[in-house]
Amino acid sequence: MPEAAASPIHSPMKHQFETLAQQHHADTLGMWVFLGTEVLFFGGLITAYVLYRTAYSAAFAHASLTLDIVSGTIMTVVLLGSSLTMAMAVHAAHLGNRRALAVFLILTIVLGLGFLGIKGHEYYQKWEDHHIPGPSFVWDGPDARAAQLFLYFYFALTGLHALHMIIGAGIMGVLLLQNALGRVRTYTVEVSGLYWHFVDIVWIFLFPLLYLVDRHK
Amino acid sequence: MAASTEPLVGRTPNYLNAEHTVKSWLLTTDHKRIALLYLVSITLMFVLGGIFAMLIRIELITPQGDLLSSDSYNRAFSMHGIIMIFFFLVPSIPATLGNFLVPMMVGARDLAFPRINLLSWYLYIAAATVMLYVMVTGGVDTGWTFYAPFSSLFSNGRVTLTVVAVFIAGFSSILTGLNFIVTIHTMRAPGMTWGRLPLFLWSHYATAVIMVLATPVLAVTMMMLGLEHVFHIGIFDPALGGDPILFQHLFWFYSHPAVYIMILPGMGVVSELIACFSRKRVFGYGFVAFASLAIAILSFLVWGHHMFVSGQSVYAGMVFSILSFLVAVPSAIKVFNWTATMYKGSISYDTPMLYALGFIGLFTMGGLTGMMLATLGIDVHVHDTYFVIAHFHYIMVGGAVMAYMGGLHYWWPKISGRMYPEVWGRTSATIIFLGFNLTFFPQFIAGYLGMPRRYHAYSPEFQVYNVLSSAGASILAVGYLMPLIYFFWSIRHGLRAPANPWGATGLEWKTASPPPTENFEQPPIVLEEAYHYSDEEAPIA
Repeated sequence: MPEAAASPIHSPMKHQFETLAQQHHADTLGMWVFLGTEVLFFGGLITAYVLYRTAYSAAFAHASLTLDIVSGTIMTVVLLGSSLTMAMAVHAAHLGNRRALAVFLILTIVLGLGFLGIKGHEYYQKWEDHHIPGPSFVWDGPDARAAQLFLYFYFALTGLHALHMIIGAGIMGVLLLQNALGRVRTYTVEVSGLYWHFVDIVWIFLFPLLYLVDRHK
Repeated sequence: MAASTEPLVGRTPNYLNAEHTVKSWLLTTDHKRIALLYLVSITLMFVLGGIFAMLIRIELITPQGDLLSSDSYNRAFSMHGIIMIFFFLVPSIPATLGNFLVPMMVGARDLAFPRINLLSWYLYIAAATVMLYVMVTGGVDTGWTFYAPFSSLFSNGRVTLTVVAVFIAGFSSILTGLNFIVTIHTMRAPGMTWGRLPLFLWSHYATAVIMVLATPVLAVTMMMLGLEHVFHIGIFDPALGGDPILFQHLFWFYSHPAVYIMILPGMGVVSELIACFSRKRVFGYGFVAFASLAIAILSFLVWGHHMFVSGQSVYAGMVFSILSFLVAVPSAIKVFNWTATMYKGSISYDTPMLYALGFIGLFTMGGLTGMMLATLGIDVHVHDTYFVIAHFHYIMVGGAVMAYMGGLHYWWPKISGRMYPEVWGRTSATIIFLGFNLTFFPQFIAGYLGMPRRYHAYSPEFQVYNVLSSAGASILAVGYLMPLIYFFWSIRHGLRAPANPWGATGLEWKTASPPPTENFEQPPIVLEEAYHYSDEEAPIA
């Protein structure tokens, strides 16, 4: 395309926009619309989960007791911490403080990877206990079928969430690289922050749905 | 893509002759070129889906299942449905005409996210490739609805790969919708207020909202189905503790709104055509615009009318029935307003207008029979009969495809820079209209008399309707082949199109045909309302 060839590669404004403000507006709105899609994407799965949670409430409650509440709580704290560092990163970007931005991005990545590490450990525990749905599934309690369904939803929901976390950590890595090269833009950090916070919010729903409901019984 | 390799000697630089390499097409971020990439791809898929339709129609000429075995017949209608819906109708108008026109109509140089637009085409191609692989390795026999537990546990077709293809195609559609929403919100030229947007844009906006909010539910449902098929976990299989009705709920939560993904863009096209060829402002502009949004919102609340006989509670059935009737209100507003637009208009019967008129009649037929199907009592009687087939083909083919053809003829001069042959255009529009009615009207009767869908053999008393229908289908095929031929012909031999061959309003007509890569020489400023036809000169043909 001639205009692509004509414009400098690192021009802050893409050719289709008239002003930077317009580009900023479009990028932000684009992310919000994408998050709307994501809400419905997780929503379909959560709907199915809630339905079966109601249909097989005793078996699901029993199965959810096998989840490690301590590691779940630690993960929640770690993830909320990453939301804080993300917000600080956006703040640092607004102040134009590249050093602070780098620090907060690294902290966000570390906390995100920490979350994934604990999650991986949880998965490993499930593997050890033969709680992975499928042919090797072993269940001691009653109603193994419903328990397997619970664990299927556990893996589907947390797996999708973890996938989003991995993508988020990748985005943070790109931002860090751009920052090191002095090319990062404030609103890119902002828009990436929207995504990061969204993924955190998904967990805020998953944690009670999977770990906490019926725990008191 | 034939247009790409054809240098237009002595012409001002435009998006077609800007660059000629294959790479310049495959890596383009120009929305107009991506629209053409889509046009070629969906045309191929349309031909493929049409071949399966012909197989079905040939099989049904005789009551005995003699041409195809019942298993291959199941595969034929499944492939027909899956290809036509996910690979033709859903992308049809938005990905071709919408891609080409949305930025031009708002007065922008491109969509907000050109690279995401290209990614959307590549996702489509990836999905289509998987689907073609499914086709040559045995196909799938579940119907386009993939009802569980048949699809998840019993089907011997290639369910997993088909589900993967539909999943990928869904994301292609989401990205298109996302791009349209953001473009219409943020890229409007100075003076292009919401109240001045062409109705094509309002309908595409409503379509995009559905694409973005409904498609992810299909994606996640397909994911669950695929996992159930692979790992045999009872999400939807009652034998394993799952709920097959849940699959239907989730599937139709997407697939009913998807019907409006297919028809709303067509309504947008028809609004443009009726206004242009009646030389009048669309009657009740605001009502037509908001009717699109109303249809988009209501579309999310009616999915249960596909499940009246699935064991859904009768009260849910009643609520869904009433909500389904409500969709008729905005749809009727549109039909009445198009009719009122033509009243005392200066009407000319060019090919696009013939398609638009055909659309109004056939859509009304499809809509009214839809009302019959929304009625609980009648639906129980005609559920899963050819009455339903006829109804939705009147909407999908009589509505969406007619509008698509009309729009393609109307904007062809803009897209290709050439005029199509008008006489052939009118002839093919007439043949398609007649062939369509001959194909699908008899199915209403056969269905009402009780002929069930999805069987390769049927009771001999229905043969006369099926022979009529198959005869009509062959006429319809001729009607569709003609534009394919003369559009190709016109790329080399058609008359050069002026910038505004129809004397139409709208920003896309204020730039050269075909447009330059950046769409407009100067960024346009809008000073008047849409369809400002009253003081326009008559068209210079």
